[in-house]
Amino acid sequence: MADKVLMKGNEAIAEAAIVAGCRHYFGYPITPQTEIAAYMAKRMPKIGGCFLQAESEIAAINMVYGVASTGKRVMTSSSSPGISLKGEGLSYLAGADLPALVVNVQRGGPGLGGIQPSQSDYFQATKAGGHGDFRMIVLAPASVQEMADLTVKGFELADKYRMTSMILADGTMGQMMEPVSLDFEVAPAAEKPWATTGTKMEREHNIVNSLFLVPEELEKSNFERYERYKYIEENECMWEEYLMEDADICIAAFGIAARVSKNAIVEARKQGIKVGLIRPITLWPFPTKAFAAAADKVSQFISVELSMGQMIEDVRLASGCKVPVTLCNRAGGMIPSPEQVLDAIIEAAKGGAK
Amino acid sequence: MVVFDKPHALTDAPMHYCPGCTHGIVHRLVAEVIDELGIEGRTIGVAPVGCSVMAYNYFNCDMIEAAHGRAPAVATGVKRADPENHVVFTYQGDGDLASIGMAETVHSAARNENITVIFINNAIYGMTGGQMAPTSLPGQVTQTSPYGRDVNHCGYPVKVCEMLSKLDGPEYLERVTVNNVKNIKNAKKAIKKAFQNQLDGKGFSLVEVVSSCPTNWGMTPKQALEWIDEKMIPYYPLGVYKDRSAEKEEA
Repeated sequence: MADKVLMKGNEAIAEAAIVAGCRHYFGYPITPQTEIAAYMAKRMPKIGGCFLQAESEIAAINMVYGVASTGKRVMTSSSSPGISLKGEGLSYLAGADLPALVVNVQRGGPGLGGIQPSQSDYFQATKAGGHGDFRMIVLAPASVQEMADLTVKGFELADKYRMTSMILADGTMGQMMEPVSLDFEVAPAAEKPWATTGTKMEREHNIVNSLFLVPEELEKSNFERYERYKYIEENECMWEEYLMEDADICIAAFGIAARVSKNAIVEARKQGIKVGLIRPITLWPFPTKAFAAAADKVSQFISVELSMGQMIEDVRLASGCKVPVTLCNRAGGMIPSPEQVLDAIIEAAKGGAK
Repeated sequence: MVVFDKPHALTDAPMHYCPGCTHGIVHRLVAEVIDELGIEGRTIGVAPVGCSVMAYNYFNCDMIEAAHGRAPAVATGVKRADPENHVVFTYQGDGDLASIGMAETVHSAARNENITVIFINNAIYGMTGGQMAPTSLPGQVTQTSPYGRDVNHCGYPVKVCEMLSKLDGPEYLERVTVNNVKNIKNAKKAIKKAFQNQLDGKGFSLVEVVSSCPTNWGMTPKQALEWIDEKMIPYYPLGVYKDRSAEKEEA
């Protein structure tokens, strides 16, 4: 499938997952990501795969846990309120070191919130997916092509590091249509000698488990897991820099906020303001190095977010608070306009160059 | 001549169960059935949260520890990952299966998921030290019903086999107990049928085992076994609650 096809972001995730070898999908309907389930319901029976609509998001993530235990590629998708329900399962997947792909096409919250796009699950995805010490690899697509690319990448990273990869998209990314290429080189699946597929009476039994009643053992498993996380932080950061070479102002934005920001940057540049963008593609591991380097060059950061300001905390940490970091945001399902971001850039420029 | 031996499907790990607890008996029955059907190499067991949380240490087949109540959902995933080869069973207590995991129980039964469920009903939360269970009897004294279970305040016990029997989905539902030799033999027959059904592709098979918890019932092991006859069986009558294949044959 070398040619590009016009697809919705949600559909691109679904087809990319199939290309990546995922044959098991479990989910529960919730707007604005239901196209993924609908796509899987159509496609999976045709290719010998399994689509099953679960009785709840909790059941769905535990079905994922079951398939992941057998070593096969498996995924679920949901939107914000549903992801909260999956939090228990995300913690158990981490505790049992199981690979899985989870998609969150975010909508506004808290509570039932709304059904319009949002980025207000950033904290949940990057810092508190569930109880206990654990991380997920969090991938933030900013185009339909990236919805597909990062789905494949997400499966590969999940297998490589035996952990959950989360696609943190938003309603815009899920619903918008763009041309997309699904011609992927997919890395062969890793050996999974730990998988519970039956002993065949040829080996000791495998146990998939997150229970460690001896605190010394539980601590050891935590430290070992964080050694792996450290390696990931050093090796798997992804980000895009846009017009940063001579930038005096740096916008930090991911997903749809980055798309809007690019429009504002083009306008600002026409007005002679040297502004650029750092767009984290991995939200965890956060591209700390990129922001740390930028902090030595720019006079100000502006974090553009569809939330009350969540990633801004990581921008401050990464930049060592060397220069001011301000917030340009909308929330509750609203999206900042290029004009709003441009105004924020002009305001920042008034503060003067470094 | 060997007259008594440990089933191969049980490990050598010493069990942590209290004296007089019937978990040991049921573990053994499950292991004997796995041996007799010759399926240890392709069986994957799913342990619950509760007293039998560490069942993964006691069975020689591959084992998975599930979140509280989610074993049927996990088992669904394992089964669907390779329906031809995987033989999947869950082993769950009453709090796990009939309280926090009720949705997973009902819907896996409704789907006629081709798995085997071993359900231990001892009318109490054992692992946490004897609190009221969804199956605690009316009037039963527990740590969280210290004046006896008041049905006007916290409702009635859940009769799992009776409830699930109203669904079109499940293949086989039977309630047994293990408080004497005759009942143990019946229990084994039911457990074997529940695994055989899965091998035959018939679908969801659940065996409810009315069990004892001398520690948290505050009884001797012998008293506890008698209490099963006196109190538990009248409320939870033994028998087959659904057997679709048998019904078809009759029809």
